[in-house]
Parts: sequence; structure tokens; C-alpha cells
Amino acid sequence: MNVSRRGFIIGTATVGGGLWLGLSLRGDAPYPNTREGSFQPNAFLQITPSGEVIFQLPKSEMGQGIQTSLTTLLAEELDYEPAEIIIEYAGVHKGFAVVGGSQLTGGSTSIAKSWKPLREVGAAARAMLIAAAAKRWGVGVEFCSTDSGVVLNNINGEQLGYGALAEEAKDFQHTAFELKEKSAYRWLGKNTPRLDRVAKSTGEARYGMDVQLPGMKTAVVVRPRQFGATLESFKADKALKQNGVEAVFAIHSGVAVVADTYWHARKAAQLVDITWVDGPLANLSSKDIAALQKAALKNESGHIAMERGDVALQETGGERLKSLYSAPYTHHSPMEPQNATAIVDGDNCEIWAPSQAPDISQAVAAHYTGITRSNIVVHALTLGGAFGRRGYVDFIGEVVAIAQQVPGTAVKLVWSREDDMQHDFYRPATMHEMSGTLAENGKINSWQHRLASPSIVKGLGVSLASTILPEWVPTKMARAIGRKSGELFAGADPTTAEGAKVAYDIPNFAVEQILQDSGVPIGFWRSVGFSHNCFVAESFVDELAHAAGQDPVKFRLAHLENAPRYQAVLKLAAEKSDWGNPRKGHFQGIAVVEPFDSFCAAVVEVSVVGNRYTVERVVNAVDCGFVLNPDIVMAQVESAVIYGLGAAIKPPITISGGAVQQSNFHDAPVLRMNESPIIETYMVKSDEDPTGIGEIGLPAVAPALANAIFAATSKRLRDLPLVLG
Amino acid sequence: MFEFTVNDSVYAVDVEADTPLLWVLRDHLQLLGTKFGCGAGLCGACTVHLDGSATRSCVLPISAVADRRITTIEGLGGEHPVQQSWIDHSVPQCGYCQSGQIMSAVALLDGNPNPSETDIEQGMAGNICRCGTYPRIKAAIQSAAQAEYYSASNARNEIVGDDV
Repeated sequence: MNVSRRGFIIGTATVGGGLWLGLSLRGDAPYPNTREGSFQPNAFLQITPSGEVIFQLPKSEMGQGIQTSLTTLLAEELDYEPAEIIIEYAGVHKGFAVVGGSQLTGGSTSIAKSWKPLREVGAAARAMLIAAAAKRWGVGVEFCSTDSGVVLNNINGEQLGYGALAEEAKDFQHTAFELKEKSAYRWLGKNTPRLDRVAKSTGEARYGMDVQLPGMKTAVVVRPRQFGATLESFKADKALKQNGVEAVFAIHSGVAVVADTYWHARKAAQLVDITWVDGPLANLSSKDIAALQKAALKNESGHIAMERGDVALQETGGERLKSLYSAPYTHHSPMEPQNATAIVDGDNCEIWAPSQAPDISQAVAAHYTGITRSNIVVHALTLGGAFGRRGYVDFIGEVVAIAQQVPGTAVKLVWSREDDMQHDFYRPATMHEMSGTLAENGKINSWQHRLASPSIVKGLGVSLASTILPEWVPTKMARAIGRKSGELFAGADPTTAEGAKVAYDIPNFAVEQILQDSGVPIGFWRSVGFSHNCFVAESFVDELAHAAGQDPVKFRLAHLENAPRYQAVLKLAAEKSDWGNPRKGHFQGIAVVEPFDSFCAAVVEVSVVGNRYTVERVVNAVDCGFVLNPDIVMAQVESAVIYGLGAAIKPPITISGGAVQQSNFHDAPVLRMNESPIIETYMVKSDEDPTGIGEIGLPAVAPALANAIFAATSKRLRDLPLVLG
Repeated sequence: MFEFTVNDSVYAVDVEADTPLLWVLRDHLQLLGTKFGCGAGLCGACTVHLDGSATRSCVLPISAVADRRITTIEGLGGEHPVQQSWIDHSVPQCGYCQSGQIMSAVALLDGNPNPSETDIEQGMAGNICRCGTYPRIKAAIQSAAQAEYYSASNARNEIVGDDV
């Protein structure tokens, strides 16, 4: 690839992009979902002789609109109506890895990683189709153009559909191609309507829960409430006598009940008499965890994740400001409870995996069944929400373990809402000791962020290693390597600390991380480390602004002189919210964050009556580079604000006796429509390469709200959820 | 054996009396548009109409629907003005809760074709959306109320005639 003088990216179909365009690597399995006779220049795209254009969607659609966005990237350069493209979820294949290494969908990376490769897929195929048409007509390619799936002969007006050229295009793999300039875009940068909006408004969209297979059974699993408790024994006599019940047996996570329908399985599960043995967490409570974290911050020193200058410097500053912050365990609760379907028959396995990672699902299925990965077919599915939860595929381990005990029979595993809420991978409970000083000129002189938390990444090593390592590495060895790789994070974990390294220009700065594992399962929760660290950092910078007697916006801007994209979103949010002039009885707070290489500033407006506050309005300014689809960006910011706000104001997940105390939406409430504020979203016009938007609107909400409550009440709330009085 | 009407077809199913309507629809009638979200009537994903009223099918035993008329998302037909409004506003994200949202919205508008913002918020408070599509749901309901289907219905509700 090189950049020409005209600013186009010029490439050829095999050079540079060889790995992704040059068909399979030698020895690789054939591409999944291939149609016979189709023109298939790479794993992503097929054009059949009858003219169907088929796109293998390499990422999970969980509501973030990635199906529409990625299809539009390809469609724009192929010159084909996005709505006319047949979209299929990609199977597991190395050919898809160019859009992100593993096939995991997460970290708001899909757009940033697909932006170039998927446009190139479209552009290269279009160039090949043009070359094939030019040869057929005996004219130069410069006399050919395309229009929505048709190659045009500009000399005599003849036309050839893409399908008619599918066979001949195969001979033009080395054709050079150019990417369009943005000014020529027909669909990118516009409000191209979501491609799934009709199916999702008619009840026709199908999710993991809706998988139907001949002779299929439904399974539920009874798990111990207490994390780490183990099964001693169970009596299934009563359960087995219930209508429709086929089998009751133990698996690695509990006792499985298999029946003809969900209701039969669920009812029978209540009749299984199970004895659990307490594990090491039997006496663990949220209170204990907080006390341990407090003690660790007091008595231990941790890993220095970042250091600049000397944070102990005090002489130039006035008083040292010290604050303790905390964030609780938080649940994901996507609307579709966890589920999965599998058939295991001897050495073969087929899974219907509603997960964020079809490749990890395959590796986990291999581990639990002992079946080689190449014999495990994975069908990815539309997800009824995920928010990080479906990056963990414990339900795949369960469903294959169950299906293996009823060989040849399709089994759908269905979790209840209670299962989902009590066996989540929660946002970790964290505690933060902040300290800072101001210089005489009113600027921050030193900033120290000491963070006590478990490591989000540590537990991932095992499943990731068994996915990424080559198949010839035996499963046992892969798991051992994975455990070792997890231990690399024994001292520090950049994911858990992300967001703590603020962009403010501060001469003496340190982030210190003390890792402490309580044993409660934790994981990626929409925006991950940013969700707790930005709450803390953006609240604390407000405390320093107040101590300096300065306006929170001006104070931030004074520390961001070399960060133009931060400045732009701060100024835009301030302008659009009419910062400093809220409606009578309303109070404003601001925060600015940079999650996953995108930028967001939020101004939250609250009103307060007694000890009750109401979030009236949230004004967001975002910069995610070139905006591929403004309508989807707006929807995602609204989504992240509402998700983040729920966690900022609603009761959290608490632990008692080593178990989650909450069970359903009555005791773990989430935000409802009547509690949602007015949300406004403004996008910075940008020519930078696009970055993610699914999580970007989340981290600023909680601190902006805490700062607004401070503006209204002079009370600094330092613990999530934010409770007045 | 329980007999009832779903989307204008009469069904008879042989299930235990305590089987929730939701699982009869999904597991026995293969009407998969109605979703399982919480099993406790808390989230609204399973909302259907029972004789025209929005009802949580996950906590409604089949014995309670004998001889009654049920409408599910499939029964709206796909071109209902509320569905059209949902499509126009690109409301769905993950989409899982939207069948329930739409059924609640239709029931709301059928009973009150010209709802205020507060009416909408109260009428929809029983339906959770974890993707946070609430702003668009509200906008879609407001647009649907303007559609001829409902505005005509508003006209029908006017008191016409001379004072008596």
C-alpha cells in the first residue's frame, strides 16, 4: 500500500493485503458459508453468478449497529446498495482476523479495525469486476464505471451486472484498486437506515433463545448461589417423575435438568434436592471486600502503572487534597438471558452461540468436549444485548457438557433472569485513594491515583490462550499457558487501570494499582476500566477546580492546552449546554473522557428537592473521528448514557455469604423510560479515521452527575451509586 | 386442554394449568416474537394483548386465558402504524425487548390516541430496554399518534352533534 499524490490509497488485490485477499493460507480450512461457483475474493465477500452479493459479518451485532456499519463500509467501495446485500454471520476462520486478531467483538474496536480492510474488500472486488467487464468488451478499464451493482461501458452504454461477471472476475486477482475520497461517498457519513430495523420491529428477528431444531430439548442448570461452592450430592427422584423430564445429571457448574419444554425443565429443577458444600467464599460479603481494599490502600504499595515527576512534592502546593472513592459490583443484564444450543455426536459438535466471540466459543466447546476444534461448527447469532457479558462464554461450556450426555440430541440451555443476574461477570468493586496539590498559579501540581481492585484481565488468559494458540497445542497445555499468561497480570492490569491516566498536563503524576482478588467473578462491563476510573478522576479534578476557586470547564481547558480533541468536545458540550446559565433550579456538572481513542464530554443538569435529585438533561459532545453514520452514533451515545446512568443512580450488586443478594429487576432495578433524562448528542466534524462509539458515551455520565450534584448541594458524593443524604 | 384465540386463530393445547402463556406461545405454538426477559412480570419483554389490554405473558397461567383473545407481535401484521413508526425512527438496537415495547405502545395508543409525554412515560414504564432506546420509543409513539390511523380515531372520539 502507498499513498499517491492524489491522496488515494492505491493497492493491489494481493500485494500488501495479501493475507486477507489472497484466499486461504495454505492448509487453512475452506471459508465458511461458501456458495458453489461464487466469486469469492476473500473470506468476507461472495458474488454468485445469479447476482447475489453475500457478506460474512465478522462481528457480533448486539445492538450497536455494527451489521449496518460494516456492511456499509463494504457496500460503499463495492458500489452496491447496502440494503440489498445478504448478510450472514461469519463462521470461525482465520480469514476474518484482519478486523481484530481474535473474532471477539469488544473494546469499541470494530469500526477502527474494519475501516480500512472492509473498504479494501469492496474496492478490490469492484476493480476485479471492472477488469473482467473491460476484457469482455475489449475496452480499457478507464472506459468503465459502476453504478449500484452494474458495470457500465461508457463508450457504448452497455451494462453488465456483477453476477454476470462473477466467473470472469476470478481471473483478475492482481488488479490495482483505489479507495474513494470521502466527498464521493453515497452511504458512508450519511444516515443510512439500520438494516435490521424492520426484522426487529416485526418480531421476526431471531436470537439464541429462538433457535428451533428437530427433536430439540430444553435444559436448565441449577448452580450454587455461593461462588465457589461445590456439589456434594443430589436426589432427582421427584424431578424425574415430572411431565416431560428426560434426564437430570451433574455437570461442572451444577445440576442439569433436560426436558421437552422450558417450563417443564424449570419446574422440575425446583424439585431436585441438592446438597452444596461451602467453598472458600462462604463468609465473604461486600463489606469485607471494601474493608480489605481500604486496608490494602493503607498498608500496601502496588504496581506503579504510570509515573511522572514526584507526587510527594508538597512545597509549592497548598493543602494536600485527599479523597477516597469507590465503585460497586455492577451487573450487565442484557434483555436476553444467557442461552446456547448444541448438538454433540461422537467426534462432532455443532453450536448455536449467542456470544461476542465465536472463536472463543469454539475453543471452550473443544475444551469441555475434547472434540477437535475443526470438528466444531459455530453458528453466530444476533444478540439480545451483551455489554461485555457475552464475551464470557460459560454458557457454551455448560451447553456442550449437557449435550454430550444426550448424544445426537439438540439441547437448548436457557438461563433464567435470576441465573443471569447471580452468575454474571460483574464490573469489579473498586476503591480509589486520590490525592493532589495545587501550585500557586492555581494549576494542578501533583496527582496521585491509588487503585485497589481485582484484575479484569487475569481471569481471561485461559480461554484466550486456548483460542489463539494453534490447534496442535493440546488443550491441557493451552490452558496451562493461559493460566501463566494470566499471572503476568498478577502485578498490574492495564485494562482495570484504563482511564486513570488522565490527559491533564500535571507535572507530578502517578497511578498505582494494588490488585486484590476477592474471588467474585468479574469482567468487561460496558466501557470497562473507564467506567470506574473516569468517575473518580473526573470527580477529583472537579474537587481540585473547586479548591482552586475556578470554573470546572476553564480549569480543565487550562490543563489540556496540548490536547485539541479534548478541548473541542469540552467547548462544544459547554456551548450546547449553555454552560454557566442553567435553567432556574437546575445545576450543571461536566466531565470529559477519552475511552478507546474516541472523546466525549458530557454536561449533566440536575434539580434537587431535599435528598432527591432528578437528572433533567444530558448534553454530550463526541469525537469519534469521521462519523460513518450519525444516526447510529446518536443512538449509541443515548444508549451508553442510559446504561451508565442506571449504574450511577440505582442500587448495586452486593455480596453476602459469598453469593449475590439480588435476583431480578425488582431488587436490581435499571433505568426505565420515566427516569430517563433529555439527551442531546453533538458530533465533532472530523476527518480523522473513525473510532468506536458503543461505549464512548458511558464514562462521563457518572462524574458529570456527581459534579452537578456538588454544584447543587455542595455535597461531594464519592461512592457509586450516588446517594444524597 | 385449554382453548383460546391467538391472532384470530383458535388453538387448543394440552399443558398443565400453571404453564405461563409465554411458554405456550413459544414452545407449543412456535410464536417466537414474544420474548422471555425476566419471568416475573418486571421487564415487559413478554407483553401481549389479552382482550386488547397489555399483559405480561410470563406470569399469566394458561388457565387464565381459556376462551380469551390474545394478540402477539405477529398479530399486528408488520405494517401496523406503530411498527411503521418504529421502523421510521430506527428504534431498535439489540431489538430483543422491542416486541414487548411495541405491544405496550399499541395498547397505550388504542386506549389514548393522543397521549401526553407523561402518559407515554407512565404507559411505557413497565418495559425495560437495556440498550436505552427510550428517547426513540417516545418519539416513535408521538409520531404514530399523528398517523391517520390514530388521528382519525381521535376524530371519532369527538362529541359530534348539537348541544342538547
